[in-house]
Amino acid sequence: MTLPMLSGEPRVVTAGADVLGRALDAQAVPRVAVDWRPPLPGTEADLARVLADPRRAAANARAVGRLVSARPQLVAVRPAREVLDLPPGTFLHAGPPITWERASGPMRGALIGAMLLEGLAADAGEAEERLASGRARLEPCHRHRTVGPMAGVVSPSMWMFEVRDAEHGGTAYCSLNEGLGKVLRYGAYGPEVIDRLRWMGEVLGPSLRAALELTGPLDLRALVAQALQMGDELHNRNRAATSLLIRELAPGLVEAAPAHAAGVLRFAGGNDHFFLNAGMAACKVSTDAARDVPGSTLVVAMARNGTDFGVQVSGLGDRWFTGPAGVPDGLYLGAYGPADANPDIGDSTITETAGLGGFAMAAAPAIVRFVGGDVSAAVAATRSMYEITLAEHPAYQIPGLGFRGTPVGVDVTLVARTGLLPTVNTGIAGRVAGTGQVGAGLVTPPASAFTEALAALAGAVPAG
Amino acid sequence: MNDDLVQVRAGVYHDSVSLMRVSQALSGLPGVEVAVVAMATELNLGIAAELGFALPAAGPADLLVALRAVDEAAAGRAAAELDRLLADLSLRAAGPAAAEHPPRTVRSALRSALGDTALGDTAPGDTAPGDTAPGDTAGDASGDPAAGRRATLVLVSVPGPHAFAEALDAVEAGCSVMIFSDNVPVEQEVLLKRRAGELGVLVMGPDCGTAVVGGTGLGFANVLRPGPVGVVAASGTGAQQVACLLDLAGVGVSHVLGVGGRDLSAEVGGASTLRALDALDADPATGLIVLISKPPAPEVAQAVREAAGKLATPVVTAFLGPGQDDLTAAAGNVLRALGGEVPEWPSWTGGDGRPAPGGGGAAADGAAADGAAADGAAADGAAADGAAADGAAADGADPPRPGRTLRGIYSGGTLCAEARLIAGAGEFTDYGDDAYTRGRAHPMIDPALRLEALSAAAPGEVVLLDVVLGHGADPDPAVRLAPAIAAAVSRGVPVVVALVGSTGDPQGLEAQAGALREAGADVFASNARAARHAARLADAR
Repeated sequence: MTLPMLSGEPRVVTAGADVLGRALDAQAVPRVAVDWRPPLPGTEADLARVLADPRRAAANARAVGRLVSARPQLVAVRPAREVLDLPPGTFLHAGPPITWERASGPMRGALIGAMLLEGLAADAGEAEERLASGRARLEPCHRHRTVGPMAGVVSPSMWMFEVRDAEHGGTAYCSLNEGLGKVLRYGAYGPEVIDRLRWMGEVLGPSLRAALELTGPLDLRALVAQALQMGDELHNRNRAATSLLIRELAPGLVEAAPAHAAGVLRFAGGNDHFFLNAGMAACKVSTDAARDVPGSTLVVAMARNGTDFGVQVSGLGDRWFTGPAGVPDGLYLGAYGPADANPDIGDSTITETAGLGGFAMAAAPAIVRFVGGDVSAAVAATRSMYEITLAEHPAYQIPGLGFRGTPVGVDVTLVARTGLLPTVNTGIAGRVAGTGQVGAGLVTPPASAFTEALAALAGAVPAG
Repeated sequence: MNDDLVQVRAGVYHDSVSLMRVSQALSGLPGVEVAVVAMATELNLGIAAELGFALPAAGPADLLVALRAVDEAAAGRAAAELDRLLADLSLRAAGPAAAEHPPRTVRSALRSALGDTALGDTAPGDTAPGDTAPGDTAGDASGDPAAGRRATLVLVSVPGPHAFAEALDAVEAGCSVMIFSDNVPVEQEVLLKRRAGELGVLVMGPDCGTAVVGGTGLGFANVLRPGPVGVVAASGTGAQQVACLLDLAGVGVSHVLGVGGRDLSAEVGGASTLRALDALDADPATGLIVLISKPPAPEVAQAVREAAGKLATPVVTAFLGPGQDDLTAAAGNVLRALGGEVPEWPSWTGGDGRPAPGGGGAAADGAAADGAAADGAAADGAAADGAAADGAAADGADPPRPGRTLRGIYSGGTLCAEARLIAGAGEFTDYGDDAYTRGRAHPMIDPALRLEALSAAAPGEVVLLDVVLGHGADPDPAVRLAPAIAAAVSRGVPVVVALVGSTGDPQGLEAQAGALREAGADVFASNARAARHAARLADAR
C-alpha cells in the first residue's frame, strides 16, 4: 500500500497553532492555513456525534447531488384550487407553521386580503374577526410543495406557476407575482390589491396558461443560469430573468391570447420581480428532490413567517427548527425607516437554499448598494458561503468569480463549525398590516435554528 | 495602587500558543505584575478569577485580557503593547500566502487548494448552462483535481475537543493527516483510523508530536539528514531521541511517521502502525524500519509482529519498558543492523569547567570514579551504551545509602518514562502530559512550569531535565533555562540535561549544549546516559 505523501513535494494544510505553521514556512513548504475558530457555543458534542455518523458523507453527496442535478421546467399556470388540496377556509402561508395569535402585521394583512378575495368576509373587520376566532385553517406552503414570497398567502382562486423537475419528477408551485408597492404579499389588502388579484385570476393566469400550452415547457434551469450571467442573483434582482421570461412567452401570448397579450406583457414588463415566483418554484422543486435522505445534514428549506425563521433538513423529514426572525438591515423606501420594518418574512429564502439570492450576490453588482454594501462586500458574501455549502452549482455560475458555480447546499454541521450563517437578501415588509413593502436589505438568520437542527440530527444518529 | 485592566474582545480568536507568548511578553514589561491573554474558556476564566480579577461574562469564542500593573501608566503601556502584539498575530494569520478569504475549515482549505484547477477545467464564456449534464455535479469535493496542486498532508493542532472535525475533513477528502492535538477522545481516534483505512490514508496521532515526511519536519521535528531509516513511532520524543542519535552517528531517515501513543492499545488495534509499516515497506527510499512504542497490548503486539514479519524491509522494534532496550540501545541496534559502528554519544560535561564537546563523552562522563569501565564497554557495542554494566556497577558495588532526591522535570513523556526506569528512584514529572497542557502550551514551547520546578529544587536534590530542539520547539531554550540552571547549581543542586537535537536543528546543538554547560549543567545527547549520570550523582551525594 503506497501513500502519496511519501513521494513528491509536500503541500500542507495547517489548522491550529500558528507556531507549527511557521515552522513549515521556515522550511519553505507550501501551505494553506485554515483560519480556524471555535464552533458555535454548545455544539461540540452534537457535532462529534453527527460527524461520526457513518451515513453522513454518502447521504450528503446523494442529497446535494439531487439538488444540483434537478432540471426545473415551467410546465403550466393553473388555479390553486385545481392543484392544491385547499378546501374553502384553508390558507397557505410562508415559513414554518404559525397561528393567527402569533402572526405579524403583514401576515395578518395578507390573510385578511385572501379572505376578502375568496368572498369569505364582507370587509376587513369581519375577516379579522373570523380569522381571530379560528375559523380559518392555516398551513405552511412548504407542506404543500408550494412556496410563497413574503406573507406567501395562497388561497384557492389564486393562480400558480407549476414547475416540474424533469430529472427527478417532482412538482412545485408558487403564486404569480403582483408587482411592488401595495400588494397582498406585503400585507396590503386595500381595494386596489383585491382588484389586481381578481384581474390576475381572470386575465393574467388564463393567458399565461394558454401561452404555455402553445410553447411547451420552459427550461428554468437554463433561464436562471443565463440571468445570473446578466447580473441577477434571482432574489432581489430578477430584471434579466423577467426579461428573458417575457421573451420566451411573448410570441405564445400574442398567438394564444391576442386580446390580452398587450395587457399581460405590460404588467409583466412593469414588474422587475415577475420572474421571482417562477424562480422560487424552480428552487423549491430542486430542494425537494434533496429531501428525506437519512443521515443527510443538508438544509432543504429556509423560510420565515414574519415571526419565526425556520429550517428543514434532508435527514429530518418535515420537522421545522426555528428561531426568532430578525429585522433586516437595509435601505428604506421614501420616509420609511427601521422602526416601520417587520421581522423577516417569506419563503423566498428558498433561493438561498438552492444557491441563489444572497449566495449569488457576487453575480449582481447592480444591487449591492440596495443590500447594504459595495461590490467587494458582495464578493465576500458569496465567498463566505462556500464555507458552509456542500457543492458548487454546475449550471449556475458567477462570471465575476471566473464562472465558479454558486455555493449551494447549506450543511448544518458547517454552519455550527464556522459560525457563519447563511447570507439572505430580502424585501422588508411594513410592520403594520396593510402597509406593504417598506424596503429591502440583508438579514441574518438565528443561529439557534441551526443548532437545534444539529441537536436533532445528533439524536437521530443510530446507536453503535 | 494596582491597576487592573480587564477586557473581553468578543469573537476574536487566536490559538493558545500564540496567546501564551503574548501573555509572556506582557508579563515581562516593566510595571506589569501579571497578564492573562487567553480565550475565555472555563479554565482560563478560572485562572484569571483566582488571580483576583473581576471578570465580565465571556465564552470560549471570546478573547479575555486580564492584566495587573503597578500603576495606570504601566497598564496603559501594556495595553498599547497588547494591541501591537495582537495586530501582529492577525497580520501573520492573514499572511502573504493566505488568500483574501482564508478557509475556515480543513474541508474548505482542501477544496480551495484544488479550486483554482477545478476552475481551469470549466470552459469560461457563454456556456449554455442548460446543457450541463446532470451527474457531473455535487461539486468538486469528490472530484479528481490535478495532482500537482493537491495538498499531500493536513496538520491539525486545534484544541483536542475540536480536532475530530478537522481531521475527518482530511480523511474524507482522501488526504493523510497528522493530529498534533491531544485530549482527543479515543472513540474518535478509532473512528478516524477506521475511515482512514477504508480510504487508504494515514492518520498520525492524535497527540502526535513529531513527524518527518519526505524531508519536511512537522510538529516538533528535528532537522535530520536524508537516509534509509524509516521510523514508525507511537512516541514522539522516543522517535526524536532515536532519530537524533542516528543523525549524530551519520545515519539519516527517510520518514518519521508518528502514530499516536494509543495506537498500539487494544482499542485502536495498531491501525496506523500497520498502515505506516506497509507504506514504508512500499517506499523505495526506506531500507530499514524502526518501530518505537511502549509495550503494545498483547493481541496487538502479535498482529504487529506478524505484519512486520511479512514485510520485505527489515524491521527493528523497540518496545520500551522494564527489561527492554532503552532508546539509546535501540539506536545502537539500528546502526548495527545497518552494519555500522555504534559511536560514543556526545556529552558536554566537566565539573571544573573543562570544555568537553561531543565525542569526549567517555572521558568527561563524570562517571570516571565508578563508571569508566561501563562506558568503555560501549565501544564494543555489545552492551549498547553500557546500560546494564553501568547500572550494575552503580547499584551492585554500593550498599543502599541515603542519597539525594532525583527530581526529573521532563517535557517529553517517553524520555521521562525512560529516565524514571533507568534511575530507579526519584520524583519524575512529565510536564508534557495532558494534565499540564490543558489550556496552556506544551513545555517545549513554554518553559514556565519547568522553570518554576527548577527554581523550587532544594539543596540535597539532583535535577534531571530534557531539552528538545528542532522546528516548532522553543527557538532558544537555553536563554531562559541557563539562568535558572546556574541559580540551582549555585544553591548546590546539580543539574543534568538530556539534550535531544541534531546538528542541523535551527537552535544549534553545540550552541545550546555550550550555554547549558556554561550554566553548570552536565549535558548528554543520550537521555539514558543523562539518567544514569544523574542517578549516580544522587547516589553519590
